[in-house]
Amino acid sequence: MTQILLKNIDMEGLTSLEVYEKQGGYKTLAKAFAKKPDEVLEMVKASGLRGRGGAGFPTGLKWSFLAKDVFPRYLVCNADESEPGTCKDRLLLQKNPHLLIEGMILCAYACRIETGYNYFRGEFYDLAEITDRAIEECRAKGYLGKNILGSGFNFDIHTHLGAGAYICGEESALLTSLEGYRGEPRLKPPFPAVKGLYDKPTIVNNVETLCVVPYIVAEGPEKHAAIGTEKSKGTKLVSVSGHVAKPGNYEIILGTPVRVIIDEYAGGMRNGNKLKAFIPGGSSVPILTADKVDVGYDYESLAAAGSMLGSGALIVIDDTVNMVKVALRLTSFYQHESCGKCTPCREGTRWMWQLLNQINNGDGKQDQVKLLEDICDNMSFKCFCPLGDAAVSPVLSSIQNFPEDYQELIGAAKAAVA
Amino acid sequence: MFTFSEASEKQIVKIFAKYPFKKSAMLPLLSLAQRQEGFIPPEAMVDIASRMDVSPAYVQSVCTFYTMYHTKPVGKYVIQFCINISCYLNDSDSLLDYMAGKLNIKVGETTADKKFTLLREECLAACSSAPVMRINDTYYENLTSEKVDQILSSLE
Repeated sequence: MTQILLKNIDMEGLTSLEVYEKQGGYKTLAKAFAKKPDEVLEMVKASGLRGRGGAGFPTGLKWSFLAKDVFPRYLVCNADESEPGTCKDRLLLQKNPHLLIEGMILCAYACRIETGYNYFRGEFYDLAEITDRAIEECRAKGYLGKNILGSGFNFDIHTHLGAGAYICGEESALLTSLEGYRGEPRLKPPFPAVKGLYDKPTIVNNVETLCVVPYIVAEGPEKHAAIGTEKSKGTKLVSVSGHVAKPGNYEIILGTPVRVIIDEYAGGMRNGNKLKAFIPGGSSVPILTADKVDVGYDYESLAAAGSMLGSGALIVIDDTVNMVKVALRLTSFYQHESCGKCTPCREGTRWMWQLLNQINNGDGKQDQVKLLEDICDNMSFKCFCPLGDAAVSPVLSSIQNFPEDYQELIGAAKAAVA
Repeated sequence: MFTFSEASEKQIVKIFAKYPFKKSAMLPLLSLAQRQEGFIPPEAMVDIASRMDVSPAYVQSVCTFYTMYHTKPVGKYVIQFCINISCYLNDSDSLLDYMAGKLNIKVGETTADKKFTLLREECLAACSSAPVMRINDTYYENLTSEKVDQILSSLE
């Protein structure tokens, strides 16, 4: 079993620098500093690593988009883990804070960045404290600060806590929030690599993404590129939740069939119930039917199956659940979290919630399903940021893949009238 | 009347030192005020505004955007109870009802003795140990009604 991220995760005292170093921690720094920054960047490019936050964009390519010779530039780690179903970054931050710091130092060196911020969701107060202690250890040891290990390279990290807003997981909203504003998204382009934090070139990477970088530098990009499928390289943390016997965070090789993740990693379905549906990549991606369970868990295969890998949250749903209730619960979430900046999202999420609520309460009418589809159509790709598209996913996919669930509730309403 | 305590003032110096622009200290200062007072009174917003050369109304607009800020007093223990999808699939709704019944309040309310405030929360990022709640800074996972009883009685 290849373990890049969860290796040693349950080792006692791993949050301390001493124990982390005994496992070979921070050895990659000297290795990287012996190379030119561009060479480290090329390693990340060659590794095939893709962003683990949701979009799956090639990490090395993102780094290479930084506006040339504009300084200062910033590294912002996205630790705003808020995508429903996702709890992998919390595990890494809780148990292995130094892995992330090592990854951030390597990224900063490759991109010639001197200041990093780690933006935690407000609820991660305890994790920010753990990271703060780890940062202090690194400063004392000379892994952070001026002239790190005599390389002439300066870099320091500061933690920053949000205060409860799902939208701040979207990179441009995160930057806006970090600057002290309401967490509303910005129009892209310009992308953060050109105009990010304080209008300076900025790299925004997810916790898990940065945690893979030490492995790439230590073992070489070829070794990372040899794991996984042709286009989805490496391993992926999958947060399995819902109706399985052993929910948990599992590190899988990209391309592993979903059936294997559910049956072998997560212990199969709970209470002998049958699999009805699964959401492969967090609440923002389309819901798939049970017959797709042999799909490979990688970016391309999940896209071909009509969904997305997203943040790596596999939500498993059994046949006791009517999918209208799932759509309602998620729509309630999106209408709560819509920042209100653009009309299709602000109004659309609310209208969808009202209609789903009526259907769920047994007051549904046949034409309301059509109306829901219309609203989805008016939101898709017409919102300011991806939250609007995310909100459409559970609604549209539940209508398309589980029409009988809608009919069951609407039929019940009709029967009651008759 | 609100003033930041001496300890908070020391924190504020450290917070400002993290950022090249003062305004970035907005959320940290709001959080600090809430840690000190339990909520963010209007006077705290005025104080914070004066420290970063913005209007109090602007600070209020930021403060009310984020769900973790309380603009009215809350109980000694703030319970954030997750009801999002992974918790929902693990019957969080009935557990939340149980909790509200036990505390004899509705969701969103504070008990008469000002000890507990019960809030319905969106995903807390602990989905594989659903159902989950957070009380002040501590997560409680894999909840059952028995566990809820234990936790509530353990809080003084």
